[in-house]
Amino acid sequence: MKAEDIPLIRKIIRRNKRLELLFAVAGFLALLVGVLTFVALFAQMAVAGWERISPDFFTNFPSRRAGQAGILSAWVGSLLVMLVTAVSAVPLGVAAGIYLEEYAPKNLFTDVIEINVTNLAGVPSIVYGLLALGVFVYTFGFGQSILSAGLTLGLLILPVVIVATRESIRSIPLHIREAAYGLGATRWQVTRDHIVPYSLPGIMTGVIIGMSRAIGETAPIITIGALTFIAFLPESPIGPEFPWLNFEWLKSGFTVMPIQMFNWTSRPEEAFQQNAAAAGFILVLMTLAMNAVSIWIRYHVRKDIKW
Amino acid sequence: MQETNSGGAAALASYGPLSVSDRLAKKALRNFKERVIELLLLGAACVSVLTTIGIIWVLVSESVNFFGTVSIWSFLTDTMWTPLFAEPRYGILPLLAGTLTTSLVALLVAIPLGTTIAIYLSEFARPTVREIVKPFLELLGGIPTIVYGYFALMVVIPLLQLIMPDLSGFNMLGAGIVMGIAIIPYVSSLAEDAMRAVPMSMREGSYAMGATRLQTAFRVVFPAALSGILSAYILGISRAVGETMIVAVAAGMQPNFTVNPLEPAQTISAYIVQVALGDLPHGSIGYQSIFAAGLSLMLMTLALNLVGHVVRRRFREAY
Repeated sequence: MKAEDIPLIRKIIRRNKRLELLFAVAGFLALLVGVLTFVALFAQMAVAGWERISPDFFTNFPSRRAGQAGILSAWVGSLLVMLVTAVSAVPLGVAAGIYLEEYAPKNLFTDVIEINVTNLAGVPSIVYGLLALGVFVYTFGFGQSILSAGLTLGLLILPVVIVATRESIRSIPLHIREAAYGLGATRWQVTRDHIVPYSLPGIMTGVIIGMSRAIGETAPIITIGALTFIAFLPESPIGPEFPWLNFEWLKSGFTVMPIQMFNWTSRPEEAFQQNAAAAGFILVLMTLAMNAVSIWIRYHVRKDIKW
Repeated sequence: MQETNSGGAAALASYGPLSVSDRLAKKALRNFKERVIELLLLGAACVSVLTTIGIIWVLVSESVNFFGTVSIWSFLTDTMWTPLFAEPRYGILPLLAGTLTTSLVALLVAIPLGTTIAIYLSEFARPTVREIVKPFLELLGGIPTIVYGYFALMVVIPLLQLIMPDLSGFNMLGAGIVMGIAIIPYVSSLAEDAMRAVPMSMREGSYAMGATRLQTAFRVVFPAALSGILSAYILGISRAVGETMIVAVAAGMQPNFTVNPLEPAQTISAYIVQVALGDLPHGSIGYQSIFAAGLSLMLMTLALNLVGHVVRRRFREAY
């Protein structure tokens, strides 16, 4: 190296350092776009909808008069649809995940199921709506009901639950299974007493992420023909006589939070936009709360497991 | 007492309270139970296959009816989509143009921003920053798309109108930008995972040669993670093509054969929503048309998925 090269080398180093700083700033700004969007979105809805958020807003039916309209039928509908979704997707998804991880032999059929689950995760949600319209609404004759909507969203989040279950099971070390088999346990005993309990935090995370996605889904529910103006509640799930259960609500017409918001958003009047902001604010709070729970489970509950 | 006198049987009985035949019967019962449970679990795994079969069956069977009335040729080449008019025309091109234009705008936002965020988080940011930012991005990805649609209509389009005063109240630009922001988390999180999977030794080798973090990121880590990054992009494209509510709210619901993002238009998915909101009788041509539109959408995302598989295989780096 000659002495006159040193200034040149220093120049190159300086330039590289400048470029590096520039990129760090760019990266930070890119992050900021995401963060600012989030803040702007949340703040705008909070400011625009704040006046409307009152106890009445939760206990009133939608109305032609924007000032009296509320989200009673929407949040009750969302709750009941979510119930059907959870009851259909969680057992199916967990069972499928267990089968693929613990039972499935390595053969063509297993490969088909695996590729299929991956592909289903990439199918647009509106296509699930078309599936439900053709199969649940017309072929099975469930009609435009809570049952159809819940099953549709159940199918939609099934891949999420399956993938979460599998990943969670895969992280359980082999020696846990070997110890149980060594004592003469059967495959199901190993699964029921060891695999499922240990993978529960991971499964829960997946289920909550899936449910928080389902609660915000609008397109597939509109596709099955949900109405946008509902001024009644489904029948109560608790019946007057033994066994105190009533399943009439499954066949009821309904609306859900995102559809109520869509309905208000697509009206030109200022007052309805205010309702849309308020409904959106509550919807985002609901999904944020669910996401926060899943993040909390992942960061805290899982850390406590030491194999 | 009696058992101790009966020789071999006593020896066996001392292993447990059950006789041999009882133990065999119990084992058979246990095997039977295991078999039943395995079949139940297998049944659950088959639901996903049934879902796929159901999707294909529904889309194809209704589309076959649709193409019984409308010729495939005019469906693919007609530049008018007016299914609800007195003289209906069924040309998918306007919807296709709307879908591709909004997706393109979205990708022009999501890919540069998503990639920059991914590189920044995996190569530059301190672990504490990463721990805070990643869940935040996940929250951004968890916001319902109807809320994004409202945001596009109420905030982003008015902002754009400040810059471009003659922009109409519904347009593909605003919808596309917001859609891009909505899919940033999918792109950045997958791309970051791919880059973090690149072994540390490759970075150390690069640093040892005197490279900066930036040079290492772009010339070593990025190429090494290319297959994962490309599949992140393809997932982003697939999301953009299938995204519904943002375009249904903010892009204008008018089938418009244009690729100019400043104009209102309708996408394939937004058309399905529009028809489903009305009260079309089951079996009518309008009802069948949403399945034909859905089939087109499905074929597009399927093609993207296939490209994704090929890309992952073709560009996979083995360390």
